[in-house]
Amino acid sequence: MASNIFLAITITFMYAAPLILTALGGVVSERSGVINIGLEGMMVMGAFTGAAVGYYTANPWLGFLAAGLAGGALALLHAVASVTFKANQTISGVALNFIGQGLALFLCRLFFEGATMSKTVPNPMPKLFGFLGLPQVDGILAQLNVDMTFIIAVLLTVVIWFVMYRTKWGLRLRAVGEHPAAADTLGVNVYAVRYAAVFISGILAGFGGAAQSLAVVSLFTPTVISGQGFIAMAAVIFGKWTPHGAMLACLIFAFAQALVVLLGGGAVQISPQLLSMLPYVLTILVLVLFVGKAVSPKADGVPYEKGAR
Amino acid sequence: MKQIEKALRRPITGILISIVMGFIVGAVVLTIAGYSPLAAYREMILGVFSKPKYMVQVIIRATPLIFTGLSISFAFKTGMFNIGAEGQAIMGMVTAAVVGYCIELPPVIHFIAVALAAIVVAGLWGALVGVLKAKFGIHEVISGIMLNWIALYFNNFMISMPWLKKPEAEASYEVLESSWLVVLNSWKTSDAGREWLLDGTHPVLSDVLIRTDLNYGIFLAIAAAALVWFLLTRTTKGYEMRAVGSGADVARFAGINVNKNLILSLAIAGALAGLAGAVVITGTMPHRISVLTAQPGYGFDGISVALMANTSPFGVIASALLFAGLQYGGSSIQAELGAPSEIINIVIGTIIFFIAMSGAFRMLADYLEKRRGRSDGK
Amino acid sequence: MASVADKEYAVQMRGIKKYFGSFCALNGVQLDVEKGTIHALLGENGAGKSTLMNILYGLYQADEGEILINGRPENIKNPATAIKLGIGMVHQHFMLVEPFTVTQNIMLGMEKTRFGGVIDEASIRKDVLELSERYGLIVDPDAKIEDISVGMQQRVEILKALYRGAEILILDEPTAVLTPQEIGELIEIMRKLASDGKTVIIITHKLGEIKKSADYCTIIRRGVYIDTVRVEEVDETSLASMMVGREVKLTVTKEKADPGEVILEIDGLTVADSRGIDRVKDLSLQVRRGEIVGIAGIDGNGQQELVEAIMNMVPAKSGTITVKGREIQNRTPAQTLAAGVSTIPEDRHKHGLVLDFSVAENFVIENFRQAPYSSHGILDHKAIKEHAAQLIEKFDVRPAGCELNPARGLSGGNQQKLIIAREVDNDPDILIAVQPTRGLDVGAIEYVHKALINVRDQGKAVLLISLELDEVMDVSDRIAVIYDGTIVDSFDAEGADENHIGLMMAGGKRK
Repeated sequence: MASNIFLAITITFMYAAPLILTALGGVVSERSGVINIGLEGMMVMGAFTGAAVGYYTANPWLGFLAAGLAGGALALLHAVASVTFKANQTISGVALNFIGQGLALFLCRLFFEGATMSKTVPNPMPKLFGFLGLPQVDGILAQLNVDMTFIIAVLLTVVIWFVMYRTKWGLRLRAVGEHPAAADTLGVNVYAVRYAAVFISGILAGFGGAAQSLAVVSLFTPTVISGQGFIAMAAVIFGKWTPHGAMLACLIFAFAQALVVLLGGGAVQISPQLLSMLPYVLTILVLVLFVGKAVSPKADGVPYEKGAR
Repeated sequence: MKQIEKALRRPITGILISIVMGFIVGAVVLTIAGYSPLAAYREMILGVFSKPKYMVQVIIRATPLIFTGLSISFAFKTGMFNIGAEGQAIMGMVTAAVVGYCIELPPVIHFIAVALAAIVVAGLWGALVGVLKAKFGIHEVISGIMLNWIALYFNNFMISMPWLKKPEAEASYEVLESSWLVVLNSWKTSDAGREWLLDGTHPVLSDVLIRTDLNYGIFLAIAAAALVWFLLTRTTKGYEMRAVGSGADVARFAGINVNKNLILSLAIAGALAGLAGAVVITGTMPHRISVLTAQPGYGFDGISVALMANTSPFGVIASALLFAGLQYGGSSIQAELGAPSEIINIVIGTIIFFIAMSGAFRMLADYLEKRRGRSDGK
Repeated sequence: MASVADKEYAVQMRGIKKYFGSFCALNGVQLDVEKGTIHALLGENGAGKSTLMNILYGLYQADEGEILINGRPENIKNPATAIKLGIGMVHQHFMLVEPFTVTQNIMLGMEKTRFGGVIDEASIRKDVLELSERYGLIVDPDAKIEDISVGMQQRVEILKALYRGAEILILDEPTAVLTPQEIGELIEIMRKLASDGKTVIIITHKLGEIKKSADYCTIIRRGVYIDTVRVEEVDETSLASMMVGREVKLTVTKEKADPGEVILEIDGLTVADSRGIDRVKDLSLQVRRGEIVGIAGIDGNGQQELVEAIMNMVPAKSGTITVKGREIQNRTPAQTLAAGVSTIPEDRHKHGLVLDFSVAENFVIENFRQAPYSSHGILDHKAIKEHAAQLIEKFDVRPAGCELNPARGLSGGNQQKLIIAREVDNDPDILIAVQPTRGLDVGAIEYVHKALINVRDQGKAVLLISLELDEVMDVSDRIAVIYDGTIVDSFDAEGADENHIGLMMAGGKRK
């Protein structure tokens, strides 16, 4: 029983890492007033880039960083559309999901001899003990050997929380998302803040994608990212647009997924298909029972036009 | 000058420029990857227009996209983003598979029963999103995405039922032929029909009827577009729903029941997406549902179709044909040139990207007007 | 004006031109502001006052013209440049981030930091307190903006400018939301600032305040410079005619009211907001046929919740709302309408018009289900268009023939006319008008006031809710003062004392 609980926690952390990283990206972007529905596409780009660079360099860390850049580059397109050209942010995000998915598979075929799957990376992202150079242990202690991507996700949650609530950049970010005109009249460059926020959100979603393709599995496939970006978006709302709230939401969702894995192991007599619905049903139930109407940043999704009040 | 400004302000101009931009960006990407864009686009065009049966294939593929595109357009007009069309289409497919297999009815009537059942089930699935939004304030995008996955696993769950699952297959039994929507189905499979079609004197007809699943779905889709247009622009219900969509607070202030309209419009959107599912099952091979590992994409592609149509019901027909043509023609790029067919997703994504930015065209018009205004002012 | 050479000017703007699209908002406007003075900028709504000041503050760029600050030509590209030049601006709609504290709002964009961008809030808080004491600008540095009064929000705005070292302070319509007493305090503060060597520019269309506070006044009309005068040398009537370009009557003329039976009766009404806080508390009020009852009060004292409760947009916690003897509380907006209540809402865009709908469609938003606009659920677009054409002509909505234009394209004044036409045409028993002249120019204001009086003269009841005390005093037959969610006093409008009303609006006295 105890080992089952630990196993549940390990699986939870594993599934949660990509979600948390991506959801953090959503928080940063939406707090600046830009809805980023393209997180999924940025994750796909990150997942591919991470696997490809990880495969060709044999260095997962390089792959991870490159994935962030790829996600960020895609996000810049979203910034151009939604900040400079005041595009409908939902539509632009939908477009980026297409472009991200298309570009990743297109490049995959170019770099992996026409296949839509990459080859398995020689070195996936390490787990904690491997990273610290500790020897493998057995028993309960082995459960402490969590994915480094999860550690990174938790650290980034703390960092982003700190930046958001304790530094001037965070103050400006939140001001721009709530009342861009006020920030503008005080000399804060609304466009620059939003560009930066969207870029960072792309980097984080790219990390999220790589956490999937370099840690959860060790290669890129067309379905390695299937809906995690949207789940992360849900987690942003669920977590009321705070980094810690989003992280908690991702953990709950990942825990439900872990339950699916554990219970599917035959412990309970239940249809595996019905069991698979659990994370999604649970999300809706939690929203109905506990969260209710969430209040988004006031200027979320509203393009800023100078002088329009 | 004035004409240019005026043209730039028209939605259709933005859409046409966006389509051109999509192909230009696609060409650039192909060139960088070392393929000739001209050859690729030539293959694409040939892949769609060189044979009647190819064109029929495009129409067949476009049919469910018209339904989901209408579903999403309709929801947009009433102020909501029906990202849940995907799940609603799946529910339509599952319902069609069950009703089409389990109930025996005469032809035509059987299809009507299948379609009505799909409308009801998918409509309720859509209404659920509306209820969650109206009663609990849950954003329709969130609940829509969750319900898409629940629908997917529901599909798989149904296939695990012994009375529906075909032995030795990860799929259900085929629906009965009485529910099929295929054109001249019983005749073309009869001895007389086959003999007539294969005697070599009717190459086009035999190609189209034997090698494709040409079905009546496209006519239903066009009728649905007309119905959606009529509902939105000519009826008091449509007026209410549009008012709620463009200004929920104003509508409420004017005595319109916002929550009721919200639920109703998502139910209608769900029904339209459900019809997409019904048409897929009754109209095309293999006439059954299979175990899904990923979303089949009718709903998500419908989003693109709706956006490329600027949410106009009749525009959806054109944009679904364009979308299906791109995807079908794109597959021959892969076959003939070895260039990744995913280039099509990049083209489509770019088109939508530029449609999102169509505000830029208006900004350009404003700029032109301003320049002109100033020179007039002097 | 006297020769420029012997005076020290803080601001000189020359030949300023500004276009929006092909519309010329400013056509060669000039402005010379002496250092250490209070300078009023007078003009109707839409005359270009705010545009001129937004150019000075760097929010807009002039298409032509030059700006000198303290005698030096400057290119003010953005607010950051303006701030550096010592220019501060308090906007009409406050530029405050609601969920932030007073201190956070003041420091935004000029944060003092320790290492790595970490904000040193304690030190900033000290600076804020010092500044606030020096100029008598009392604020609570730790309160959130959403929890403080409008008067305090304005003081926060002024502190924001001073914190940035502003020497030139622009105040855009600063008195619109204040009580007479608060206005007095504001004038005190402006005087203190001016005597401290700071230059104050106030944008306004209120003549009385100019007389009370300003040294100089520059008048602009439809984007054109008219004149700059010494305030003590002119009277209000001549200021008004310079502003409007014709003789204007400053008072509203109307017959004496002849009230009939009670149409709207509110008894012991309590309404809570979405956070559960009571905004209307045990409020009672009567409006009779043939009279205009004006509710005077400062923004945020329950006016909005009162209207929303009557319209059944929000539930009443307790109490009754009776229209012609029938209780209508806690039903639906449709039932309120059916009971004979029509409302000209405060927010045209949020509650009044579906901006993407055509003018014709907007005209029928409350009765599209009835004949002749529809039958059996099918709309009759022809009848709807004809109806619109009639109302457009009758109420002079411009441009003529705009039935099928989107409502978004109309000017603010014409949008308001559209709403008034629609609500009056409903033939209600009681018309509720909330801030019906907000953002309108003088001509349109006159029109709206006449329309309200007309409705009254047709034997209807009118409830006017306005933040403009002048408007309430001019138009109403009876005045009720609202404070903290309840009516603290009510009396005949004739002979009402402005100072007394002001005191009660500020909670000075309860009946």
